[in-house]
Amino acid sequence: MAHADVLSHESATQDDPQPFVIAGREFRSRLMVGTGKYDSNARMIEAIEASGAEVVTVAVRRVDLDRSKDEGMLHHLDPDHFFLLANTAGCYTAAEAIRYARLARAAGFNEWVKLEVIGDQQTLLPDTFGLLQATKTLADEGFKVLAYTNDDLITALKLEEAGAVAVMPLASPIGSGLGMLNPYAIRTIKQRLTVPVIVDAGVGTASDACIVMEQGVDGILMNTGIAAASDPVRMATAMRHAVGAGRLAYLAGRMPRREVAVPSCPLTGMLGAPRER
Amino acid sequence: MMGTAVAVGKVALTVNGGRREIPDGWSLADLLTSLDLDPRLVVIEHNDIILRDRDSFARVFLAANDTLEIVHFVGGG
Repeated sequence: MAHADVLSHESATQDDPQPFVIAGREFRSRLMVGTGKYDSNARMIEAIEASGAEVVTVAVRRVDLDRSKDEGMLHHLDPDHFFLLANTAGCYTAAEAIRYARLARAAGFNEWVKLEVIGDQQTLLPDTFGLLQATKTLADEGFKVLAYTNDDLITALKLEEAGAVAVMPLASPIGSGLGMLNPYAIRTIKQRLTVPVIVDAGVGTASDACIVMEQGVDGILMNTGIAAASDPVRMATAMRHAVGAGRLAYLAGRMPRREVAVPSCPLTGMLGAPRER
Repeated sequence: MMGTAVAVGKVALTVNGGRREIPDGWSLADLLTSLDLDPRLVVIEHNDIILRDRDSFARVFLAANDTLEIVHFVGGG
């Protein structure tokens, strides 16, 4: 019954004529969510369901052998109802990220990976050189690589050329909640790439998500923006609406910006004015 | 070959970065059972080789100084 709820959230994008497709696979929500930082697994599941997300990211880590009841995500997430997207978070070299991606694939769910090669501990900004190397290697091995990158057009183009099935530029640094720092860069990347552009990281609240989607990007991946809210379940609902609203606003085409006011009401027929003609 | 401190009938290996002694002749499946781990929920790297076939766990026998990494999916973004 919990899973029926997830499916019903398709309505968030019912007015969107374009399906959300990555590497030939259609997904029911343009919002993808992470599973980290929740204070309980029950809360996490409730928030994911409220978000309507189908793609759910997970990390690969050692099993804690001393605490046998340290249960992995597969005890909580039904892989038949969520698309599990493993990441390579915490990897600082191409070789390390490739190793984590291969381990994730061996779990047997899919050959998709959200590839992260981090270049700096303080900002968690990507090492784009290592990212490109790892993208090439993994794409050659048949992986569907979704590459987490900065908001640099040239890197994004090179990632596409290297075989990434989606490019994931950041809105702002991971976990910062600063929203989109460079809308121009995000728009340019979207305009120039053929593969889907999914903004990953930095979305802090619903308006951030809405503004990101209004740039025309294909989707958003977020974790902390939901998990670190005071009420993650309510924020997940807000994000679902925001992603849907931003997408619709993009499709609708916003009015032009003007530096002067333009009245919305008729200028004629005002009381006390001389009769016209 | 084997460390001198290893008890008779046991072999010492490294599992997830820690040293562990197990009975000589154990398979990977035996180790997982002793650790109360469901083989369907973990991925194993044995001496730097990722094992993609879980059915092979019962046929992979562990030797002294083997290195194992046992990983699973955890929460992440």
